Amino acid sequence: MSVQRDSLSVGLAVGAAGVAFGAVAVADHFTVAQACFLSLVLFSGASQFSLVAVMSAGGSPLSAIVTGTFLGGRNGLYGVRMAQILKLKGLKRAVAAHVTIDESTGVAIAQESLEDQRTAFWYTGFGVFFFWNLFTLIGALGAKAIGDTSAWGLDVASPAIFCAVLFPRLKERKLFIAGVLSFIWALSITQFVPAGVPIISTVVIAAIIGWK
Amino acid sequence: MNSQWVAVIVTSVLCYAIKYIGHAIPEIWLAHPRVQRITNLIPIVLLSALVAMQAFTTKTKFMVDHRLAGITVAVVALAAKLPFPVVVIGAMATSAIVYRLKI
Repeated sequence: MSVQRDSLSVGLAVGAAGVAFGAVAVADHFTVAQACFLSLVLFSGASQFSLVAVMSAGGSPLSAIVTGTFLGGRNGLYGVRMAQILKLKGLKRAVAAHVTIDESTGVAIAQESLEDQRTAFWYTGFGVFFFWNLFTLIGALGAKAIGDTSAWGLDVASPAIFCAVLFPRLKERKLFIAGVLSFIWALSITQFVPAGVPIISTVVIAAIIGWK
Repeated sequence: MNSQWVAVIVTSVLCYAIKYIGHAIPEIWLAHPRVQRITNLIPIVLLSALVAMQAFTTKTKFMVDHRLAGITVAVVALAAKLPFPVVVIGAMATSAIVYRLKI
């Protein structure tokens, strides 16, 4: 098992889903430049998809900003965790913050040693960044040629990766209970609350289980 | 500047600010063992809920479809200790096949 190889394969697999983002953004009347700007500067898949979806469904820019920012909230919590592992200052911290996303954090915490956690964070972060941007451009330019992304399995790439990330962690009893409860909780409330709430609200589960 | 660009730029700036603030929170605030335990659990709960949303909802509504087949293959492959690329490609291929057969 090589940390670098696993990290880069996450980068490639997740990055390839950037095709879906580029294609959806252009199909929803965003320009190629806007799609690429989002992948370069916002760089957080769920926020990007939600922003495009809200505006194309006729939502105001404000509601798109609120939804996108809310979905980006968990990256701040990942930042709290990663800062403890990375211990960076200045420019390096600013760069690390930019690539603090689901994948880089997930692959990092799946590692045993501190050194491997750091390696996994950077390789996964930059790997996803490179491929996500490359494939966003390809998807935006080739929106019509790709057609239905579900027909290529792109809609399960990301959840399958997170299953792989979570799997080794769930051997610990507390983590297993926290994971299963969060899974059930999110699905139970999703119908009744705005996008993003089912995910971010699981912080309460972490607080309760971690309390003592 | 049109409203799309406003939304794109403002959301991008806010999302970066959130990421940076997470990294910049003073370590002393996080030193307490209880805070340590909770911040350790946070990625687990968020990613578990994220899997649930990505695999079993469509436009925020609960939905079981072709993705279940893909996720099942991923979990079985993980239990069988197959390598990571096999897990992901196996899940994608299965989901795509089930999706296409239904059409």
